[in-house]
Amino acid sequence: MMTENTTNTANKPMLEIKDLRVLFPVHKKWLPAVDGVSLSVRPGEITGVVGESGSGKSVMSQSILRLRDHDTAVRYEGEILFEGENLLKKPLAEMRDIRGDRISIIFQDPLNSLSPVHTVGMQLSEILMLHRGMAKREAGERAVEMLKMTGIPNPENCIKKYPYELSGGMQQRVMITMALACEPRLLIADEPTTALDVTIQEQILHLIHGLNEKLGMSVLFITHDMGAVSQLCHSIKVMYLGQVVESAETEKLFAGPLHPYTKGLLACIPHLNVERGRSLPVIDGTVPSLSKMPEGCHFCTRCKSVGERCEKMQPPLIEAAPGHFVKCWKYVDDGRQGEEVRL
Amino acid sequence: MSLLHKNTSAVSEAVFKEQRQLRRERLLASPGLIIGFAGFAVVLALALLVPALSDTDPNAMVVIDRLKPPSGEHLLGTDEFGRDLFVRLMYGARVSLWVGGCVAVFSCVLGVIAGIYASYFKILDHILMRICDGLIAIPGILLAIALIAALGTSSWNVIAALTIVYTPSVARTVRASAMVIREQPYVEAAKVQGFTNFRILWKLILPGVISPLTVQASFIFAQAIISEASLSFLGAGVPAPAASWGNMLQASKLIFSKAPWTMICPGAAVILCVLSLNLLGDGLRDFMDPRTEGGAKK
Repeated sequence: MMTENTTNTANKPMLEIKDLRVLFPVHKKWLPAVDGVSLSVRPGEITGVVGESGSGKSVMSQSILRLRDHDTAVRYEGEILFEGENLLKKPLAEMRDIRGDRISIIFQDPLNSLSPVHTVGMQLSEILMLHRGMAKREAGERAVEMLKMTGIPNPENCIKKYPYELSGGMQQRVMITMALACEPRLLIADEPTTALDVTIQEQILHLIHGLNEKLGMSVLFITHDMGAVSQLCHSIKVMYLGQVVESAETEKLFAGPLHPYTKGLLACIPHLNVERGRSLPVIDGTVPSLSKMPEGCHFCTRCKSVGERCEKMQPPLIEAAPGHFVKCWKYVDDGRQGEEVRL
Repeated sequence: MSLLHKNTSAVSEAVFKEQRQLRRERLLASPGLIIGFAGFAVVLALALLVPALSDTDPNAMVVIDRLKPPSGEHLLGTDEFGRDLFVRLMYGARVSLWVGGCVAVFSCVLGVIAGIYASYFKILDHILMRICDGLIAIPGILLAIALIAALGTSSWNVIAALTIVYTPSVARTVRASAMVIREQPYVEAAKVQGFTNFRILWKLILPGVISPLTVQASFIFAQAIISEASLSFLGAGVPAPAASWGNMLQASKLIFSKAPWTMICPGAAVILCVLSLNLLGDGLRDFMDPRTEGGAKK
C-alpha cells in the first residue's frame, strides 16, 4: 500500500475531473446527466468506467471533448483538467486542435463512424495532414505503418478499401488506428467492443492493452461489460445515475465489492455452470429518469438493503478501505458522517 | 493468413463483378434514361455542329423565299423574312442549351453553398430558408419577368434572373439531404478527430448530396429551357433578331394559319428537348437511388 501511495503522488494525473456536472435542459429545467463526478487518470493507466445505460458514462466521456457543445444546449459545472488545462474554459477552436491529436475517442459502432465515401487510406491520411501537417504522400506511408501496428493484415491493400468492404473487427481496428494516428496522450474508448462478437472483442481488448503498454497512453475505458474491465483496467469507477458510486482498483473491486449496485452488477454476470431453467440474477427495476431523481441516495429505489436515511439524504463518498471509495450509507459510521472525500 | 486473405479478396472481386453486372442490367432495363440521354445528345450535337454543317446565316433575310413550306432546299421551310427555319432552329438550340446549362450550373453552385451551410449552422439556416421561402412564394416566371424588366433584356440577364428563380429549390433539396448526413455518426467522428467545419462540410457532407443534386440539375435544365422560351415568347427573353425557340414561336403567332410549320417546328423542338431532359432526370433518379426498383424489375 505504501509503495502505491508514493507512485500516486509521483505520477501527476493526466486527466483530472473535479466535481463535474453536465446539465441538459428538459422542460425548461436544467437536469444533471452527470452529477458531481470526480475522477483522475494517471499517465499510462487504464481506467474503467462501468454502468448501465443512462448512467451518464457516455455523456461524461463526451464532455471531456466538449462534443455536445455544437448543437445542443448544455451547461457544465466543475473542472476537467487535462495536463493542467481546464478544458471547459477553452474556446471551441482550441478544442478542435486537441481533439484527435492529444485526446482521441473511439465509438461503439465502427461502420457508421467511418465515412462511407472515402477509402480507409484517405481517412487516415486526412487526420495526419490535419494535425501533423504531413504531405499527402508522407501521410499515406504513415497510414500503412499505423495499420500494420494495429494488426491489420496486408495494410497496403486495406488503405484502398472502403469501410463497407471490411469486416466489423477490421473496421474497429481501422477506427482505433485513426484514433491513434496522432499518438494521443489519452484515448477514450466508449464501448468499443459492444457491437462486436466475442472473439473479436477479445482481439480488440488485447490490441488496446498492447498499445497502452507500447505507447504509454492513458485509456478511459467506458463499458457495461464487467468481463472486459476485469481483464483490461487498472482501476474501476462504477457509475450510477451520473454519480460515481464506487471506485477502487480492479482486484479490490472484484474481490470485495461494497456498494449494493456493484454487487448487483457482478452477480448479473452469467455463468456457464448455472442450472438450466433457473432465471438469471438481475437488478430489479429500471434506471429512474432524470426528472424523477430520488431525493436521497440515487440507488435507493432499487437497493435491496435500503435503510431509512437512504431515502432522505445522499450518502457521501467515503474511503471505506484504503484506496476503496464507496458512496453508500452502510459504510458511514456516524462519527465520520458527512466527511466527504474527493478522489 | 495470406491464404485466407487471398480468398476474401477473391470473394470481394466476385462481389464487385456481380455489382457491375447488376448495374449494367439496371441501366439497360431503364429505357427512359437511355432514350432521354440519346435525345439530349442529338440536340446537343446538332447545336454544337450547326456552324460546321451549314453555312447559311440564321439571320440572313431572303425576301423572295418568304414563307416557303418544307422542301428539299429548306428542310423545314422558311419564316416571314425568308430565313431558313431548320438553321434557325439549330441556332435556337444553342441559345436554349446555353441558357439552360448556365442556369443549371449556376443555381446548383449557389444552391449547394446555401443548402450545405444552412444545414449546418442554425442561425444561417433561418436567414437563408426565409429568403428561399420568399423567393419560392412568387411565381417563377413573374419573378423572372420582373428581374429582367429591372435588368434589361440580354441572354446574360435571362440567365441571372432564372438562376435567382431556381436557386431556392436547389438549396432546399441540398439542405434536406445534408441534414440527414449531418446526423450520421461519421460526421460526429470527424468532429472528434478535430476536423474543421469547412472540411466536414466539403469533404463529408458534399459527396452525400451529389446524387440528389444531379437529378435536380437535370430537371432545372429542362425547366430553364421552358422558362427561357416563355420569356422570349413574352418578349422578355433573348432579344430578337437572335434565333431562339421562344422568339420563333412568338413570330409565328400571326402567321401560323398560313405557315403552320413556323409554329410546329420550334414548338416540337422545345417539347423534344424538355422531354429528353425529363426522361434523363427520371432515369437518373431511379438509377442512382437503390431503393427504387426502377425498370430493373423485369
